[in-house]
Amino acid sequence: MSTPLLQLEGVHTHIGQYHILQGVDLAVPRGALTVLLGRNGAGKTTTLRTIMGLWKPSKGRVAFDGREIGGLQTPDIALSGISYVPETMSVFSDLTVAENLRLAARHGPPDQARLDWIFGFFPALQKFWQFPAGVLSGGQKQMLSVARAVIEPRTLILIDEPTKGLAPAIIESMIHAFQELKRSNTTILLVEQNFRFAQALGDTVAVMDDGRIVHNGTMAELTADTALQTRLLGLSLGEHQ
Amino acid sequence: MSAPVLETRDLTIRFGGHVAVDAVSCAFGAGTLTAIVGPNGAGKTTYFNLMSGQLPASSGTVHLDGEDITRLSAAARTRRGIGRAFQITNLFPNLSVAENVRLAVQAKSPNAANLWSRWTTHGEWINRAEHFLEEVALADKRHLSAAALPHGDKRKLEVALMMALEPHVFMFDEPTAGMSIDEVPVILDLIRKLKAAGDSTILLVEHKMDVVRSLADRIIVLHNGKLVADGDPATVIASPVVQEAYLGAPATSQAPVMP
Repeated sequence: MSTPLLQLEGVHTHIGQYHILQGVDLAVPRGALTVLLGRNGAGKTTTLRTIMGLWKPSKGRVAFDGREIGGLQTPDIALSGISYVPETMSVFSDLTVAENLRLAARHGPPDQARLDWIFGFFPALQKFWQFPAGVLSGGQKQMLSVARAVIEPRTLILIDEPTKGLAPAIIESMIHAFQELKRSNTTILLVEQNFRFAQALGDTVAVMDDGRIVHNGTMAELTADTALQTRLLGLSLGEHQ
Repeated sequence: MSAPVLETRDLTIRFGGHVAVDAVSCAFGAGTLTAIVGPNGAGKTTYFNLMSGQLPASSGTVHLDGEDITRLSAAARTRRGIGRAFQITNLFPNLSVAENVRLAVQAKSPNAANLWSRWTTHGEWINRAEHFLEEVALADKRHLSAAALPHGDKRKLEVALMMALEPHVFMFDEPTAGMSIDEVPVILDLIRKLKAAGDSTILLVEHKMDVVRSLADRIIVLHNGKLVADGDPATVIASPVVQEAYLGAPATSQAPVMP
């Protein structure tokens, strides 16, 4: 196998007095979609934030495309080709939907064909194009937040629960959209509780518990093994559905 | 149905030219759980905001226990028993989990405004707060600051705050969003327990249809701000309006091709 696009080795992160990441080893293979699973508080969001430089690792290495990014500032990490969609539906409320997307496009105005593709799975963004993002509903803000990450081709997208607050029909069309992103060779690290979404898109799976990676494998293997699901996630996914 | 607990009559709000909630008339009785579904932007959260008083109605009325409360503030409606958990969490971030709940208990207490209330009262508040923390399975995190909680725990804390205010109308806006799969049953059991007690009126905005099916006695559907369907879950889920506007992929998004 070729070298992973993103590799974390022995990463520790402290937030105030709390020792959240306690030696994370994670390899994200190039061109694949890796799902990061685990219970609430396991450290999934902190892992994404540490990769983005929003928390500084207190120990360990973060390598992106063969280059150490562990000590870099967040804007430099973003400019190196990583997009991050946080879980918080953060948008610039006073800017229009159009302006929010224009700001996210780092290489000039957004490409119209790319915008049409986005409007295909998030029609609401076209409808509210010239409205301030503050008037959007919670789910529509979530759509805008995801759209900003895919407005241009990126090497790596880190995405924290993109389906949160979205209607079932929108989640279905997002699955198609993400399949196309994968075909375009975008590497994705996804934190997701909606297992149908994760299963439809995931190639590899890493499971976290107490600030460490406790399992690495393929999505197919986890889907097939109920006992493994119960051991790793506290519940079998059949029960959940 | 016996006399409705909460009712809206022609409830409407306009933002500029956009009618976000459009003449919605609906009544909710005690001991019932109604799920509100609809596409993103249909007006579900705005409808909640109009009932709980976070937004003023452009026209129409809201009634609680037969009384017109349309002009009352959100705080006044909370005191009359409308409890609300939000889609985006609202907490005191710098206080501990236990302090957050204790403040809610204290707000409900008849001695709340009395500076000279005895320490025993304070002890009762703490015990009461502890009870609600156990209900949402957060007791072992009582000393953490609310800001340090992972997202799913913040949602649980918010539910504990709502319960501590002892409302008789409970409004849940996507209570399981952002929760890991082993935690979802904690919240669902809690809602089931509230429902089984029989005297609460529960409203639930939820996109997960398995959750809706397992909890709701009735589903209402909002679409473009209008009430477009109302009935028992099986009938509403099978209706064309829900299948097309909500569960099925929108016509414009049939396999959008990436350039």
